[in-house]
Amino acid sequence: MNDVVTRDVDFDVIVVGAGVAGCVTAYQLATKGHSVMLVERGQSPGSKNLSGGVFYSRIMEEVLPGFIDEAPIERHITRNCLSFLSETSFVNVDYGDERLSKSVTAVSVLRARLDEWLATKCEEAGVMLMSGVKVDSLVMEEERIVGIRAGEDELMAHVVVAADGVNSFICRDAGIRNKEPLKYLAVGVKSVIGLPRNVIEERFNLTGDEGAAYAVVGDCTNGVGGGGFLYTNLESLSIGVVLRLDDLVSKEETSSELHDRFLTHPAIEPFLRGGELLEYGCHMVAEGGQAMVHDLTRPGLVVVGDAAGLTLNTGFTVRGMDLAAGSGVAAAKAIDAALSKGDFSKASLDAYCAELDKIFVGKDMRTYAKAPHFLENPRMYGAYGQLLSDVMYGVYNLDTTPRQRLVSGALGALKKSPLSLLQLVKDMYAAGRSL
Amino acid sequence: MRKNPFGTVPERLDKNRYETDVEQSHIEIDQKAAAATGAGPLLVRVCPAHVYSQQADGTIGVLHAACLECGTCLAVAPPGVLKWHYPRSGMGIIFREG
Repeated sequence: MNDVVTRDVDFDVIVVGAGVAGCVTAYQLATKGHSVMLVERGQSPGSKNLSGGVFYSRIMEEVLPGFIDEAPIERHITRNCLSFLSETSFVNVDYGDERLSKSVTAVSVLRARLDEWLATKCEEAGVMLMSGVKVDSLVMEEERIVGIRAGEDELMAHVVVAADGVNSFICRDAGIRNKEPLKYLAVGVKSVIGLPRNVIEERFNLTGDEGAAYAVVGDCTNGVGGGGFLYTNLESLSIGVVLRLDDLVSKEETSSELHDRFLTHPAIEPFLRGGELLEYGCHMVAEGGQAMVHDLTRPGLVVVGDAAGLTLNTGFTVRGMDLAAGSGVAAAKAIDAALSKGDFSKASLDAYCAELDKIFVGKDMRTYAKAPHFLENPRMYGAYGQLLSDVMYGVYNLDTTPRQRLVSGALGALKKSPLSLLQLVKDMYAAGRSL
Repeated sequence: MRKNPFGTVPERLDKNRYETDVEQSHIEIDQKAAAATGAGPLLVRVCPAHVYSQQADGTIGVLHAACLECGTCLAVAPPGVLKWHYPRSGMGIIFREG
């Protein structure tokens, strides 16, 4: 048992980053009786964090029973809208279901509030929270990670958890994830627009704490891979675009202009009318899916959440926070076992990877492993939005010319578009296999 | 280009809350490397906060106080052009919504 460590430590575990992944990991380890420090570079937890908005939060009921009732969530998402834009039109698939409000699985959140609440829960469970402290580097002993360095201070732990987000400098320091390909990264540019509660409920057909989520594809990014999003909060809307960096670079587009172009699109602008800008922000998003999930452990180190590349864009749902929470649960389980054995080797901590593979996190990452490649298809961000709107135009524009049946009309629209029937069939087949 | 009713980017950033590090910038640009690689215009357009600007003398201006800390510039910059880290403890953007 040459891996058994009896070194003096300041804490059993140091978690870097008080987002969803870090808080869940810290909370679970503290409730199992371990000494845990949670370090956060922002003045308060959540102050550096920004998300699109929808938290598929069922996993939180396992971590913090009563989460839906107690946590500062905004609205229960009961209406999901998939919207295809062309420059001057929109075609929506608008899905509302009473069952969604009975079995709350998705909520809109604002991270400044949510993460602060989660960190408070951690403190109540005995976690030592240190906000306003940026971790500069890891303390290493040969290959083993034994602590963190912040300014002049060094703090030692049996296990360090990197929960420091998509840009994880902790991972870079450990030689993990030095430079991901640009097609695996996207930047989200977002505005939070304040509107009175009743105005939001009227504009989106909502009652009480019901909420709507829009995933928008097509023209909203002017051909750059990515899409638009719009989520209702209690008294504000979270709206913005996600832009894949490879396309943003090669297509000579300006990120703030694409954001403005989306907010002023004729299908979107009426939702925001009369609103007041509360905040303008941006954040990096990992878009690589399964391909970005690698190197999740080192001796004395476990990587969770965005830092581990655990995000999923399935075309319909954009997920990160649920995977972050799931990875926190898996990490806490593996670290708890490592602490009881006193074995912090990579082999011992790899129980985390095995645990991830057993639960929805690893399973869903594998299920959607082909989704990023499918969503690289440039036709998704231009030609298909136009084709859909041309088909619908043919149906509804009764200009006294004789009508064609739907299929002939659609084939006519396809003929006029740069797409071929073969391409359409191929793309539909690929969609079936990857989404 | 349709005009955003919520103002220009600098006007929007004025609504945000920052704890500006007045002693030290977390962004360092190598002007020679930037000029040699033509990275300037790229940085100017990818940054959602308009941190980077093309100056009359050909150099790239850096307004670190506006940074929203997304890391896009670091991801796209050619090697050697940019040193970028998060601001010092407690400094920088303070999201109140997120």
